[in-house]
Amino acid sequence: MFRRRPDAAPATIAVIVEGRTALVPPGASAAAAVLVAGFRHIRETPVEGRERSPYCMMGICFDCLAEIDGVPNRQSCMVEARPGMRIRRQIRARKIDPAPP
Amino acid sequence: MTVELAIIGAGPAGMAAAVLAAELGVETALIDEQASPGGQIYRGIERSRPNSPLGPDDLAGRDLVAALRASRVEYRPSTTIWHIDPDGALYLESNGRSEVLTAHRILLATGAFERPVPIPGWTLPGVMAAGAAQILLKSADLVPEGRAVLAGQGPLLYLIAAQLARAGAPPIALLETTPWENHLAAARQLDKVWPGRRILAKGLGLIFAVRRAGVPVRRGVRGLRAIGQRSLERVAWDGGELAADHLFLHEGVIPNVQVSLALQLRHEWDESQLCWRPALDPWGQTSLPNIVIAGDGGGIAGAEAAALSGRLAALDAAARLGHIGEPERARRAVPIRAALDRERALRPFLDRLYRPAASVLVPAEDATIACRCEEVSVGRIRGAARLGAQGPNQLKAFTRCGMGPCQGRICGPIVSAVIADALGKPIAEIGTYRPRAPFKPITVGALADLDTGESDRGA
Repeated sequence: MFRRRPDAAPATIAVIVEGRTALVPPGASAAAAVLVAGFRHIRETPVEGRERSPYCMMGICFDCLAEIDGVPNRQSCMVEARPGMRIRRQIRARKIDPAPP
Repeated sequence: MTVELAIIGAGPAGMAAAVLAAELGVETALIDEQASPGGQIYRGIERSRPNSPLGPDDLAGRDLVAALRASRVEYRPSTTIWHIDPDGALYLESNGRSEVLTAHRILLATGAFERPVPIPGWTLPGVMAAGAAQILLKSADLVPEGRAVLAGQGPLLYLIAAQLARAGAPPIALLETTPWENHLAAARQLDKVWPGRRILAKGLGLIFAVRRAGVPVRRGVRGLRAIGQRSLERVAWDGGELAADHLFLHEGVIPNVQVSLALQLRHEWDESQLCWRPALDPWGQTSLPNIVIAGDGGGIAGAEAAALSGRLAALDAAARLGHIGEPERARRAVPIRAALDRERALRPFLDRLYRPAASVLVPAEDATIACRCEEVSVGRIRGAARLGAQGPNQLKAFTRCGMGPCQGRICGPIVSAVIADALGKPIAEIGTYRPRAPFKPITVGALADLDTGESDRGA
């Protein structure tokens, strides 16, 4: 788990992670918001269903894939958190939605 | 849209190149995946405040960012490049929309990333690259809660330990994996480090800062492993273990060659930095005439050197595009090259001191995961090599290794080394993946929406 450091900037951006509200400062990523929300893992792998959390936080490892505002397979570490953003963890392979988001 | 120079990546190399090129009259676009400039080293720099626990080096990046903001550069943040045609067409995606930008010259400034550290249990939640802890601190003001262990080696590991301590979250241990023999081998380089003494002093300062913060440092750690059921519970090594909530791994950084490999530029195996890097001339020119590389993407030398190599590439672009003459290019390059020599002087010493142990490239245990995406173990790669897989690209057909969403970015360095070891051949002979577009995933919608500028629509 992660916590805010002392003297941190005000966390003014509210996003919704799996129904929980998480507050992050401007400039934080969606992946950071998932960690703030207190989730130990962000996805389950398609192959073996193992729990994973973000590894590199800089767009390389793809272990932070999540569904953001209805679009699956987003690299959540590269997406800036915006007010009202809805983030869902990705469980195993993505579902193919018959209707476009 | 057409520009004279398109630069990929707004880290120190890309920003410095863009600012100088625009100053010399080159019509320049700077494309970057992040929402604000700085790359990874200066991530979130525009928002960092005086009470930042990050230290003076990070604040130095502010000048570069301010110069970029004040320049005539067409800066395009939050934009992903998913394909480059060697003839100069760049395929971009931003906010779910695709477009094509054409450029007379392309400068890749895609930087570096942390060398993967494939130890047993490195896929467990709780285990992260050490740089991830720094990024969370820089961009979200977050520090690890509970017991954090830092393990590995290199200047960045000490820097992060010092920054976490300053941010009120000192790690409970720093496990240094530097093999004993490295110290002796590096000491033989010491006579050459005088021009790099300032950087050396900075490094020693970091080591003392970690000591002063009371972080216990254990040296010569071998056999590192992460243990836990569903997430990290303990960090173990040969002869000891610690209960831990976080493990941050670091064995140095390597060039991000994903795009340069996809472009089939000539690459070489760098035996001193143990990584693939593109073959470059002193101006950053690659094996394709219109494509140039600057910064750590062309070989690891650090942020200051990256900015300097970006400026050299900008001078060269300005000369080739007819904005300055050859004498001006040569004259302006002299002080830049002198500064670059100073920045690089310490490199052979650092490369030797922090040369990863053999087990970082070739994990000993068969069960260790190599490909995090497709969950392929080291043992399966060895097995495929014995069955006849001669290289990383053929290995894909045997195991799906490297075919997941990261497209081999993480497993690439491991796979080349494991196959080379299994077949008893040098890594240079085994080669590495040949990545293909799209460099990053795009939706079918963004692809279908692409405005190619050709009038075949509605025909």
